[in-house]
Amino acid sequence: MKGNSYYSRRLHSLLGVIPLSLFIVEHMLTNFAAVEGGPQGFKDAVAFLNGLPLVFFLELFGIWLPLLFHGVYGLYIAYQSNINTGQFQYGRNWAFALQRISGVITFIFVVWHVYQTRFQVAVGNVTHEQLGSSMHDIANNPFFFAFYVVGVVAATFHFANGMWAFLVSWGITVGPRAQRVSSYIWMGVFVIVTAMFLASLAAFRGDEFKEASAAIDAVRSLVNIG
Amino acid sequence: MAQTTTAAKTIKLVVTRQDSPETKPYEETFEIPYRPNMNVISALMEIQRTPKNAEGKETSPVCWESNCLEEVCGACSMNINGKPRQACTALVDKLEQPIRLEPMRTFPVVRDLVINRERMFTALKRVKAWIPIDGTYDLGPGPRMAETKRQWAYELSKCMTCGVCLESCPNVNDRNSFIGPAALSQVRLFNAHPTGEMNKDERLETLMDDGGIEGCGNSQNCVRACPKGIPLTTSIAALNKDTSKHMFKKWLGM
Repeated sequence: MKGNSYYSRRLHSLLGVIPLSLFIVEHMLTNFAAVEGGPQGFKDAVAFLNGLPLVFFLELFGIWLPLLFHGVYGLYIAYQSNINTGQFQYGRNWAFALQRISGVITFIFVVWHVYQTRFQVAVGNVTHEQLGSSMHDIANNPFFFAFYVVGVVAATFHFANGMWAFLVSWGITVGPRAQRVSSYIWMGVFVIVTAMFLASLAAFRGDEFKEASAAIDAVRSLVNIG
Repeated sequence: MAQTTTAAKTIKLVVTRQDSPETKPYEETFEIPYRPNMNVISALMEIQRTPKNAEGKETSPVCWESNCLEEVCGACSMNINGKPRQACTALVDKLEQPIRLEPMRTFPVVRDLVINRERMFTALKRVKAWIPIDGTYDLGPGPRMAETKRQWAYELSKCMTCGVCLESCPNVNDRNSFIGPAALSQVRLFNAHPTGEMNKDERLETLMDDGGIEGCGNSQNCVRACPKGIPLTTSIAALNKDTSKHMFKKWLGM
């Protein structure tokens, strides 16, 4: 990669927080509407998001472009690292290794997840109102359920541990005590966020999300391929 | 007459050897007589005296480097039972046997346990780890350093460029241009000095380039591995703060 890697690395770090961490929290809250409000609550949450002004540009600059840069440059960072947890079995070294492993898993998961949901909306196979029932089909397929659980845990770990690393990389948590306290806080956040995402995934399995319609057959056939 | 004989106590060493920089490494086992209070250096000296491997076959003596023998020069750094450390302070009585000796492969291997640590000295030059005081006239005494500051800065000055932190760092490798934790911490040391501080920004800018401070991935192995207990990760985080500040100031033209 040509150019100064200091600025690319800083941009990678910043984009991980603004907007990507904000987005993952937003995504968690939208999903959790499925737990709290059932199918109607989820529909309302999706409708609210799509009712935001300039939603296309919000997605473009708030999600797609940052995600693309963070993901592709992140793969390059992962490629540049060794994993030496066999020789140095310290907690932070494990977190370092897992940050890279979870990043790669999240990359694969997000590509598939976007294809299965947002892309299907974009090409007109699924409407925003049918997303709940399309998620119902995905969550009831044992393979995809397992794939989503792994993907979600990887993404939330990458988010929480990435926030810890962001605070170090920008010189906010400097001393060992600040970094230790920060690691407790972010591991707590990891547990909460993971629990909320998994609760939503479990909620999508419920029968109330089932909705027979011709349009979601496309998604159903997609699910069956897997 | 009753005789009490005990089997002579021995020490077993497995050394990863390499005859030249290009040839393939191989393992050789040695068994040497035990003496109390031996360290890895004296064990290697014993092999040097009678260069025979465990099968009794004559072999070339194992090459290693050492100077001070009191853990202040860093020359005898090697992997001992899987951990990078100095051979002089690795006491045989405290080591599990067989004692496995390997060179620190992060650096080019010259022969056996001898490595070339040149990249560390190149890194010190790159980050300008010195205080320029030469002038055409006497500049007079510099500003005084606060005692509280001197105390923590002294800890940073204990670095002996041994290379253990680079060996433990997962981001110091062939695919990465990261200069390693040791040189970063030296920037903090020289920037803390009241006279050195006058060239603070110059040193920070050397870190804001390829292979500079962005190479740190926060695995924090360095601070665990450092034989001198230098707070390397604190230095790196403090420099993250300094380079961040410097970046924004530069952008805003302050």
